[in-house]
Amino acid sequence: MADFLINSVGLPPWLAWTVVAGVAAFLILNVIAGGALVFIWAERKIAARIQDRLGPTRTGGRFGWLQSLADGIKLLAKEDLMPEGADGLLFRLAPYVSFCASFCAFIALPFAFDFVGQRLNVGVFFVVAVLGLEVFGVILAGYASASKWSLFGAMREAAQVVSYEVPLGMCVVVPVMLAGTMDLVTIAEKQAGWATNWYLFHDPFTFVIFWVYVTCAVASVNRAPFDLAEAESELVAGFHTEYSGLRWSFFFMAEYGSMFLVSALAAVLFLGGWNGPVPVAKLLGLSAGTGDTAHYLVRLIGCGNLLLKATLGVLVMMWVRWTLPRLRIDQVMTTCLKYCTPIAAVMFAGAMIWQLFLPGGVVPGVSRPAGEIREGWLEGPGGAAERSVPPAVGGAVAQVRP
Amino acid sequence: MTGCVMLAAVNFHTMLFYLFAILACGFAIGVVLADNVVRMALYLVFSLGATAGLFFLAGAEFIGAMQLMIYVGGTLVLLVFGVMLTAQAPFVSIKTSTGDRVLAGVVAASLLALLLQAALSVDAWRRPGLGEVGPPAATPIGTALVGIRVDDPPGAPAAGVRSGYLLPFEIVSVHLLVVLVGAAYLARAKRRRTARAIEVAASVEPAAEPRLRSTGAGAASALAQGGVR
Repeated sequence: MADFLINSVGLPPWLAWTVVAGVAAFLILNVIAGGALVFIWAERKIAARIQDRLGPTRTGGRFGWLQSLADGIKLLAKEDLMPEGADGLLFRLAPYVSFCASFCAFIALPFAFDFVGQRLNVGVFFVVAVLGLEVFGVILAGYASASKWSLFGAMREAAQVVSYEVPLGMCVVVPVMLAGTMDLVTIAEKQAGWATNWYLFHDPFTFVIFWVYVTCAVASVNRAPFDLAEAESELVAGFHTEYSGLRWSFFFMAEYGSMFLVSALAAVLFLGGWNGPVPVAKLLGLSAGTGDTAHYLVRLIGCGNLLLKATLGVLVMMWVRWTLPRLRIDQVMTTCLKYCTPIAAVMFAGAMIWQLFLPGGVVPGVSRPAGEIREGWLEGPGGAAERSVPPAVGGAVAQVRP
Repeated sequence: MTGCVMLAAVNFHTMLFYLFAILACGFAIGVVLADNVVRMALYLVFSLGATAGLFFLAGAEFIGAMQLMIYVGGTLVLLVFGVMLTAQAPFVSIKTSTGDRVLAGVVAASLLALLLQAALSVDAWRRPGLGEVGPPAATPIGTALVGIRVDDPPGAPAAGVRSGYLLPFEIVSVHLLVVLVGAAYLARAKRRRTARAIEVAASVEPAAEPRLRSTGAGAASALAQGGVR
């Protein structure tokens, strides 16, 4: 896109790059904000459905479509309070820290083959690293509020997030190992084709580790049943007890953004990314050479696939939230240290052994080699995806040793 | 129009470099000058984050993400966590005495001088406007860490001299292991005492809620008890 602006429109390079960055940032912001708007409405309706009541029904027609918008206006109009003993600077800064961390992680998240803010060859690592920074906002909020409920909430959050990063990292490593790269675009491309090519169905170990990932992801974005940081039955509202108005809503934008992000990451790592369960684009006969319109159409189908999968993931998180009771902090730690981490470690070893001895699967011929049928196509001969990936360190060692 | 031309002449890479460098240095000074422990930690986070930005700018994405993960993410979450547990009244605000400031200034200045001298003595780094640079790769360092030097020309005779960094790497690993074992030992010894304190408290006042004491108990056990009640 930058090249197009420089060559065809004639913009100077600095302006072109600024425009491109601005467009990407604007789109990502809209995914987060628009997503939060829809998800808050969905959460209300789902909660109502599960608890056998109606939820919003009046604002904006029969189903209360505009409830989130009304909520937003209410939050904007609300008085912004700050406790007397609060640390003013940190109190004001905290929501933005949370939101920025959530936003930055989206930069490396691919929505379709080349619909990605900035393609990094360590995309997985970047997303997991940046996602871990969200806890700073929570800790600062808890500390700066000068309220013991906030402080308790923040301390629980710190303990929980630090613990759950370990099994989460182990789960994320398995698809990286199978794909041989940390580039999210390439990982998704390798699962192209029918749903049988998804890493979820690669072998029994990846199937199990996907559910470990789901558990850890729910815990790391601080959702029920792991929402100890804002346990309203014990801690009033936890870390955001003292917040109101727009700052409070920033915390919630960050939370819904992170939910969407971990779901999209699950989709890319385990559920084929933008490759649908059925390769629609291929069956429709859209392939290389059918022109630019087809090119973008295929990308849009892929983007729709990914958004659909991520949304489904978020809906499942809501279902879980309104189904399971909240765990105690010791149960949270037990789940992490006694169950998630050992299971993840064993499954990691299992997937490694499987990849070593049964790389083609149990039944030869059933599982297709990756990349035979794909949603869209790779750029250039041999595929840009493969070319830009540096060889793994393990491979280099193997080459060096005679 | 003139403004446009002038802007076009600016190298945006350089500008971003200065931006991140100023951020990193400014927040580093903030760490030194702040007197609140949590604010210091926050400035340190921003400073390290800006350093990660410098790595990304240089195209070293892996090191940038590492910086975020290890320094900003891991260490500082623990730092803030520890700070909040110890943020009692006498420690909320830390005043450094003038003597300490002078001493620290002298040490920092001599270290800076040493580093500057070392950096400027590398001839290749002094030439402005480097031309084509090969893609950054961490592979030689990684393989050297496990004892294989891929940067040697094949068939080099002095194989015994350049043997990689396996030994220092292992020494550091064992060091860390010792630290971990020591930490586990300390935590274990204290937890037993706390359990007895609870037992005694419960037997003395059976009707009252057993009072939980977080003195001496590690962060994890204090949290766990807080959760149970």
